[in-house]
Amino acid sequence: MGRYIIRRLIQAIPVLLGATLLIYAIVFALPGDPIAALAGEKRMDPNIVAILRDQYHLNDPFIVQYWYYLTGLFRGDFGKTFAGVPVTDLMAGKFQVTINLAATALVLEAVIGIGLGLYAALRRGRPADSLILASTLVLISIPTLVTGFVLQLLLGVKLKTAGVDLFPIAGVTEGWRSYLLPGFVLAGVSIAYLTRLTRTSLAETLRADYIRTAVAKGLPRRRVVGRHALRNALIPLVTFIGADLGALMGGAVITETIFNLPGIGQQLFSSVYLREQSVVVGIVTVLVLVYILANLVVDLLYAVLDPRIRYE
Amino acid sequence: MKKTSTPVLPARTAPGDGPLLAVDDLHVEFATRQGVVKAVNGVSYSLNPGETLAVLGESGSGKSVTAQAIMGILDMPPARIPRGEIRFRGTDLLRLPEDQRAQVRGQRISMIFQDALSALNPVFTVGWQISEMFRVHRGMSRRDATKKAVELMDRVRIPAARQRVNDYPHQFSGGMRQRIMIAMAIALDPEVLIADEPTTALDVTVQAQIMELLAELQRESNMGLILITHDLGVVADVADKIAVMYGGRIVENALVHDIYRSPAHPYTKGLLDSIPRVDLKGQELYAIKGMPPNLLDMPQGCAFHPRCPYRQDDCVTDAPPLYEVGPTRGSACHYWREVFDDSRR
Amino acid sequence: MSDTIAPSARRRKHGGGTAKPPKAASLWSDAWHDLRRRPLFIGSAVLIAVILVIAVFPGLFTSVDPLNAASCELAKARQPMSGAHFFGTDNLGCDVYARTLYGARNSIVVGLSTTIVTAVVGGLFGLVAGFKGGAVDTLFSRITEIFFAIPSILGALLILAVFRTGNVWTVTLALAVLAWPMTFRIMRAAVITAKSQDYVVAARALGASAPRIMFRHILPNAVAPVIVVSTINLGTFIAAEAGLSFLGVGLRSPDISWGLMISDARERFLEAPAPLLFPALFLSLTVLAFIMLGDAVRDALDPKLR
Repeated sequence: MGRYIIRRLIQAIPVLLGATLLIYAIVFALPGDPIAALAGEKRMDPNIVAILRDQYHLNDPFIVQYWYYLTGLFRGDFGKTFAGVPVTDLMAGKFQVTINLAATALVLEAVIGIGLGLYAALRRGRPADSLILASTLVLISIPTLVTGFVLQLLLGVKLKTAGVDLFPIAGVTEGWRSYLLPGFVLAGVSIAYLTRLTRTSLAETLRADYIRTAVAKGLPRRRVVGRHALRNALIPLVTFIGADLGALMGGAVITETIFNLPGIGQQLFSSVYLREQSVVVGIVTVLVLVYILANLVVDLLYAVLDPRIRYE
Repeated sequence: MKKTSTPVLPARTAPGDGPLLAVDDLHVEFATRQGVVKAVNGVSYSLNPGETLAVLGESGSGKSVTAQAIMGILDMPPARIPRGEIRFRGTDLLRLPEDQRAQVRGQRISMIFQDALSALNPVFTVGWQISEMFRVHRGMSRRDATKKAVELMDRVRIPAARQRVNDYPHQFSGGMRQRIMIAMAIALDPEVLIADEPTTALDVTVQAQIMELLAELQRESNMGLILITHDLGVVADVADKIAVMYGGRIVENALVHDIYRSPAHPYTKGLLDSIPRVDLKGQELYAIKGMPPNLLDMPQGCAFHPRCPYRQDDCVTDAPPLYEVGPTRGSACHYWREVFDDSRR
Repeated sequence: MSDTIAPSARRRKHGGGTAKPPKAASLWSDAWHDLRRRPLFIGSAVLIAVILVIAVFPGLFTSVDPLNAASCELAKARQPMSGAHFFGTDNLGCDVYARTLYGARNSIVVGLSTTIVTAVVGGLFGLVAGFKGGAVDTLFSRITEIFFAIPSILGALLILAVFRTGNVWTVTLALAVLAWPMTFRIMRAAVITAKSQDYVVAARALGASAPRIMFRHILPNAVAPVIVVSTINLGTFIAAEAGLSFLGVGLRSPDISWGLMISDARERFLEAPAPLLFPALFLSLTVLAFIMLGDAVRDALDPKLR
């Protein structure tokens, strides 16, 4: 197991290098001059500009700049913004918001998706099943952009005027409750996919030979489904949920914009316009790391859940 | 058995003079998109304690469906049992309320399946799966149940049972896995054990060991054994009597030595002739011509007539009843006498 | 768990004959035969046809030309729905109905062109990588891993920031750059499966040339999953375009885009929801239509369900 983890981490290095290089190159190609952007309207002393350009290696060729960045990264140093703020400090707060959002979405996804999927699978072919299936199709098709605003309108305006105040509809001032609505919006499409996957997975498992054996053992149906089938049906679901963490964090930008959440999406957005390459590359690097680690954890969980899989 | 009050499940020790298990005129059909598939059409057989009944037939003959009907593990719907009785110690299981039926399943009648690898749950240890019988049906503690599981694994001769009780099914060989299935099936001392092609997926040498084990367990406990197979070779040494199925019907039933000496149905004769024999080495092996019948579109008259060398005109129109060939045997062939005489020659 | 007998009965019907190589043509004609009777397919096909007509001839349905700035009157901003303005007017007094109809074209163009580019690029690379195997395959697979690791909306946002201008072609490029690895993966897997099939082995043994095997024998049998995923992705790309335009890096005014309309209506959304809800409705219906179509095609083509 230990050797497997090390091998996987080594395999992840080219991915990390490739992704940072790619992003660094894109940011390098961004139009405009960051120092000029920093100065804004007023004119800067050419000497200060020269010092700043030197300090941020802006006069060096692209690949040298990347090398400086990379060596810093391996020391755990994400660099500084042009205003002198360490990128790590800047990112910490933003990532906190996005992680809260993605975690809320992930919990909602797992609870609602698996719950609905199981319910549908156990009522296959009946009206409840068809209704759930049809709703998943609709939920998959409605872009986050639309669900976000529609729910904001429904919960924020229509229900509020009716005297029901369920969730805050913008900002992060009310603790975890602030994240419920955006979390649901962010999770929407994933909920639908997970519902379908759960339904298929359980239905397929219920057809397996070992389920027939469990019935022949005279076990109560509750036990046949709840223990024998569920334990097997769960395996692909874990993969899906785990792999979704990275996607949720990376895809949060639209949700953050709709609900005015100061997360990494919004930070990335403003940093792109300021050409703050260290911030942009830093954010993407962390997201790539999250993706890599989430996939590793999923693979390891797989081995825990399915004894037939052993990694050496 | 009068159909007045709700039947009650007889005790294990019920004296009863009838057979242990009797299937009587059983019909099973499946609703499919293409139409109703009549999988079992009036099957009757019986089993006494300590007796081994071999049910022989190719796939689609209805032998497994009959067994699943006895176990009560058919998916209903699409399956339906329009007619027939399955009497266990005189009580019709089909009329038993589900809670009492569940008391029979796995505890008094149990079953082992063809492919033990897929029939065992891949994510639980074998010990967990065997001991589950004791935990669920006998309310034993985890520790006691596991101890019982180790004893059972010893009893079906799995080497180093104590060390292997926490292994998973995929870590065992095919033969060992089937032993685990058997251990699970005999855990609660069932009175009837149904073995559905228990050795088909195994090597020849392992097949013999499994059959030996089954025979031995049966001697120890005096249980009735229904052995479902398509392989006549497996049957000869262990079975007391044979029921041959074709197209959802029993076409011939007899004591095992009678049938080997002189089959009285062309299908049975065809099966026996297609076994390779040392004394006929070098001759071309006999094969029954044609394809098994399509259950959605059964031939008129005798289901076997399109493939039958003894076919006469009435075979195409009239389905033969089960003619009495002797006191302990019957054949569903209008011309069983010809077949019988041919095979004695 | 519909019926336990049916699959085996059906298998007997199909598999009983002589072993012929699976003809791609019969897969498609079977699928087509099957599709025509699926309500899901008919519904989505009709919906897509309507959307396509709107996209090509928006002028058929409205006499207002929203591309002409004179069609908006600031004095008539945020008017409710009426006979003159079916969907009301937006913050600038433009007719929401006409703008929504004219927005279809850009969505469809981005969706179609991105789908074509990803299917061709990803499909071709996938075909080559799956067929050649070895170092070529490893190289391509490593490269796609890098793209998979980059969150696609953020990546597209960065690429579009480089271009400074946003139009259908830059949006297409940004989306395609990040989406082709998915098509690559699917094609590669399908090709590797097809490669080991008997009829391919036979063609190889008979001395067919590599390109001939690739394009005549493997491609027709491996292309089905790519088509399914491409259809579903078409809907996703349309949603992504709306998202990017909403964020301000996709299409820009005076181009008309549903995402842009949503973004413009956002400020006063809670008091005047119509200018946001109607483009949102059209957007959702369009995405739904393509995802439904993809679903129906997958069900028809999936040999596991046949």
